[in-house]
Amino acid sequence: MVRLTIDNRPIKAQPGQTVLEAALANGIDIPRLCFDPRLAPTGACRLCQVHLGKPDAEPVLACVTLVSEGLKVITESPELSNRRKLILELLLSEHRVACTSCDAEGACDLQDQAYRYGASECAYGAFQHAEPVVCNYTSDNRGIEYDVEKCVRCGRCVRFCDEVQGVSALTFDGRGITMKVNTAHGRPLHTSDCELCGGCIRVCPTGAMREKSAKGLGRAKDLVKVPTTCTYCGVGCQLDLNVNRRLNQVVRVTSEPGCIPNDGNLCVKGHFAIEFINSAERLRKPLIRENGTLREATWAEAIETVGRRLTAVRDQYGPDGLAFLSSARCTNEENYLMQKLARAAGRTNNIDQCATTCHAPTVAGLAAALGSGAMTNSIAEIKNVQTLFLIGANPTEAHPIVGLEMKKAMKKGARLIVCDPRETWMAGRAQIHIKHSPGTDNMLINAMMNHIVSKGLYNREFVEARCENFEEFRRNLLNYPVAKAAEVCGVDAELISQAAEWYAAGAPSAIFYTLGITEHTCGTENVMNLANLAMLCGQIGQESSGINPLRGQNNVQGACDMGANYGLLPGYQKIAESSAREKFSKAWGVPLPTNAGGTITDFIEKAGAGVLKALYCFGEDPVHSEPDSSRVLADLQKLEFIVCQDIFMSGTAELAHVILPASCYAEKDGTFTNTERRVQRVRQAVAPPGEAKVDWQIICEVATAMGYPMSYRHPSEIWDELAGLSPLFAGINYERIDRVGLQWPCPAADHPGTRFLHKDRFTRGKGRFHAIEFKPAAELPDEKYPLILSTGRTLYNYNVGSMSRKTGVIQQKEPANFVEIHAEDAARLGINNGDSVRVTTRRGSIVVQARVSGRVRPGALWMPFHHVEASTNLLTNAAFDTVTRTGEYKVCAAKIERAA
Amino acid sequence: MPSDSSLDLTAVAEVVAAHTPFREADIISALQDVQDRYGYLPRAAMDELARLSGLPVAKFYGVATFYAQFYLEPHGKHTVRVCRGTACHVRNAPKVMDAVVRHLGVEDGETTSDMLFSLETVACLGTCFLSPVMLIGNQYFGKLTPDRAVKILQTIAGDDGKSKI
Repeated sequence: MVRLTIDNRPIKAQPGQTVLEAALANGIDIPRLCFDPRLAPTGACRLCQVHLGKPDAEPVLACVTLVSEGLKVITESPELSNRRKLILELLLSEHRVACTSCDAEGACDLQDQAYRYGASECAYGAFQHAEPVVCNYTSDNRGIEYDVEKCVRCGRCVRFCDEVQGVSALTFDGRGITMKVNTAHGRPLHTSDCELCGGCIRVCPTGAMREKSAKGLGRAKDLVKVPTTCTYCGVGCQLDLNVNRRLNQVVRVTSEPGCIPNDGNLCVKGHFAIEFINSAERLRKPLIRENGTLREATWAEAIETVGRRLTAVRDQYGPDGLAFLSSARCTNEENYLMQKLARAAGRTNNIDQCATTCHAPTVAGLAAALGSGAMTNSIAEIKNVQTLFLIGANPTEAHPIVGLEMKKAMKKGARLIVCDPRETWMAGRAQIHIKHSPGTDNMLINAMMNHIVSKGLYNREFVEARCENFEEFRRNLLNYPVAKAAEVCGVDAELISQAAEWYAAGAPSAIFYTLGITEHTCGTENVMNLANLAMLCGQIGQESSGINPLRGQNNVQGACDMGANYGLLPGYQKIAESSAREKFSKAWGVPLPTNAGGTITDFIEKAGAGVLKALYCFGEDPVHSEPDSSRVLADLQKLEFIVCQDIFMSGTAELAHVILPASCYAEKDGTFTNTERRVQRVRQAVAPPGEAKVDWQIICEVATAMGYPMSYRHPSEIWDELAGLSPLFAGINYERIDRVGLQWPCPAADHPGTRFLHKDRFTRGKGRFHAIEFKPAAELPDEKYPLILSTGRTLYNYNVGSMSRKTGVIQQKEPANFVEIHAEDAARLGINNGDSVRVTTRRGSIVVQARVSGRVRPGALWMPFHHVEASTNLLTNAAFDTVTRTGEYKVCAAKIERAA
Repeated sequence: MPSDSSLDLTAVAEVVAAHTPFREADIISALQDVQDRYGYLPRAAMDELARLSGLPVAKFYGVATFYAQFYLEPHGKHTVRVCRGTACHVRNAPKVMDAVVRHLGVEDGETTSDMLFSLETVACLGTCFLSPVMLIGNQYFGKLTPDRAVKILQTIAGDDGKSKI
C-alpha cells in the first residue's frame, strides 16, 4: 500500500498504480482524452498534467507517473488550466465543431473538457476543411463511420484494436497534421481484418467513430441508458441499451469498462445486432390458422384456443400426448414458468429446451463425474491460466469475450494447446495444435491419459484422496497407446504426448470445450473423459483450474438450472426423488406428473410416430435447428396442434395453428444466467411492438386458460418463488444482483456466491472416473460420400440467424452460407475459391459458395448453420448422443461437386 | 490471402525467411528489404509479408506510411532529392529545381513515365558547404547550376540506356 495526497486528500494506492489510476479510483477527475483503463498509457493528449510537490513544479503526466510513498499531487492550478486550455484550443482548431448535429453531443470528452477549461473553438481562426468529409475505409461499410475531422488522434481506437481485440485492423496512417486512422491500404472495413466489434466506437472520446445505424436517431444526451445483459452467447456481457424514448427504439449499445464479466468489451453481435428489435418483420398480433391460412386474432381468442386445444389433448391422450419446448433464449423466470406450465397445467414431464441441441452432454457428463454440470471456473480467472487446453472450442468466434480473456492469458505467457479439426484463430496461435479427425476425441483424450499415467505424471495424491473408480479407468487406458491414437486421429504422436505433458504440468491448467465435444453420438462420454483428464491431473477445484464448458445461448445455463428438463426440477433437484416431488407438489398445489418425459429429439420422433399430438414451442425453431430438417418437418406436420410463441415467423411457426407474438430481451424484465453460473439482470428498455406481450405473462395466461391459474405482478416474484424452492439459488434476489450478478451456488442471503466449483470436495462427494471406450461416429465416409462434414458457428451470426441477420453490417459481412474445403480436395475436384458448389449427404443437398483454404483437414468440410435459405441442417445426420439425445452435428458423410 | 496480382512474391518469402522468427521489431527492416527488391512497397507484397509473418497487415501499413523512406507507389529507379534548405535557397536552389522540373517533366513528389527518376525536395541535406546541392541515390552533386543539374540527369539517363544494351 502506498500513501500519497492528491489535492491535499490523503489517498491509499496500490504499488504500480499510476497517479491517474489512483486519482480515478478515489473519484478525483483528472482531465484526459487518450486514457482508457484497458490500454497501456501513452501520454499522447497531455491533458492529465499535474504538479508533484509544489504548485509551481514543472508538470508531469499523471497517466504515466507511478505513485510513490509521500507523493503530493496537485491536479488544478492556474498554470495547469492555461496549459489544458491551450491543448484543447489547438485540438479544436482542427476539429469540425458541429455539436448541434453530432450524435456524440452530450457524451463527448472533448466538449466536456473544453467547457471545463473555457477553451474556445475560434482561438486559432475558423476550421479549414482539408478534404471532403468522410470518404474513407468506412464509406462503404454499413456499420461504422469515421469522420477524420472530428478525430483528436488520441489513438484509443487503434490501441484498443491492437491491445484488447488483438486484431490491429486499424492503424495510424501517415504522420503530422495529415495523420488519420485507417485500415491497411484504406481497404473497406468489412474486407479488412476488422471483426466489427465496435470497440473503436465505444472508446472514441468524440463523435469521430460512430454507428451508421444510429445516425440522427438521437444525440447521446437525448438517450436513456438501460443496463442489461446481452441476448446472444452465454458469456453474458453487461451492456447498456441506449434508448430514444420518443421513438421507443434502441438506438445503440454501449458498455462501460470495469463491468463484470466483459470489462466494457463486446463482439459484433452484442454491439451491432440490435436491428431485429425494431424490425418490420416482428410479430405484432396473435395469429390463428383457419382453413390452412393464418389470420389475425385477438389475444382472448388466441389464448382461449391454446388453452382449449392443449387441455383437450392432455385429457384425451394423457401426459405423453403433449410436449413443451422451453427457450434458452428467454429468461430464468420464463423457463421456470414454462416447466411449471408443463408439469402443473400440462401434467407432463415432456419439457425440454435447446440444451439438448448443444450442451446436454455437459450437464449429464459432468453431473455423473463431478456432481455439477456447469463451468467450474469464472471468466475472470481465465487470464491467470498457465496452460489453456481448448478442445472443440472456437472462443474468438462463438464466445468472443472469453476469447479476449484467453488473449490476455496468452499475453501473460500462457501456453496454448488447441485440439480442433479446423484451424481456428486460437489454433493458428497455439504452441500445439492437434488437428485431429472429427469424431476421434476419445481416442485422443485416452491416449493423452495413457501417456500421463505411464509416465507417472498424474496427481496420485488428488486421485487417491478425491476420486473413485480409478482402477477400472486405468485398465481401459491400456488399450489406447499414443501410437494408435496418432494413427486414428491422423496427427503426430509427438504432439499428443507433448500436449499431455504440458497439460499435466500446467500450474494451473484449465480445459475449455464446447460443441466440438458434445455434438457427437458419444457426446456425454467425451465430456466424462475430459472430466477424467482434469481429475487425473488434479487440475480442478482451484482458482483458474478446472473444466469449463462454454455455454452457447445467453440463458441455456439458466434454462437447465430452471428445470426445463424431463428429469430435473429447478436447481437440479431430481423429479424421481420423493422429497423434491413433495416440496414442489406442495408449493404448486398439484401432484407432479409421473411419466418419464423426453427431449426435443423424442418429441420429434414421437410426433412422427403419432404418439405426441400437441407441441408448445416457445422461442425455438426446431425445423431449422435440429438435424435432418426434412425429417423434422415431416414428423412435426403430423401433430394435431402446434402453438408457437416467438418474436418472428420461423420454419416451425409456418406449421403452427396458433402463433403468439412475444417479446425480446429488450422488452422485458428478468434474469439470464451466464456460462460462469452468474445470475444477471435483464431490464426492459422499450415496449414490445404492436400487441406483442412479455413472455411470462403469456405463459401465465395460457396456464390460467388450462385451468391452472398463474399470476405474478413482476418477474421478481417469480424469481423469489423459484429461489425459495431451490437451495442452489436461495440466496439470490433482485436487490442483490441489481448492479453485479451472483454466481450459484448461493444458498443464503449472506453467501457471496461461488467463483469456482469443487474446492476441497466434489459436488457429488468423490469425483468418479469413467472408463470410456472410443466409438466412431454413426456415419463415416464411404465411396459414395467420401468427406466428413462438420457444422459450427461463425463470429458474425448466431444460430439460425433470425435475429443476427436482421443487422445491415452483418448481412454485408456474411450474407450467405458457405462451405470450407481443403485446397487439396478442391484442386482434385476442380473447385476454385468462390465457386458455387453442391454439398450432398444422404439427407439432402444444398448449393453454397466454396471457401478453399487449409483451415479444414483434407477430407473434411465445414459449414455454418446460420442461413435458413440454404440450411445446413438439411444435410446433418439424425444420429444422437446415447445419453442425452443430442444430434451428431459434427460428423456426417458428404460429397461435394461444382454446381452446374 | 494475397491481393489479386501477378506480382512474383517469392522475394517476400525470402525476406520473411531471413527474419525468422519474425517479431514486431523486424517490421522496419523487413519493409526496407522488400522495398529494395521491388523498388517500392506493392500492396500485394505487404499483404504477403503480413500473411507469412503472422502480423496484421495494418502494422506494416502504419509503419510504411509513417516513414518518408517508404514508397507505396511505384518509384523511379533513381530518387532525385533537391535541397531547398536556407543555404541552398540563397544560392539559387529554386532555379535549379525549376530546371530539373522542366527537364524531367514532373513535379515534386512525382515519377517520370519511364520510371527512371522520382523527384523530391528536402528541407536540408546537411551538406550546406556544397550548396546548392542535390542527392541522386546515394551520391551528392554540389555547387550546382541549372545547366549542370540537367547535364547530370542526362548523363545518368544515358548510362542507364547503355547498360540496357
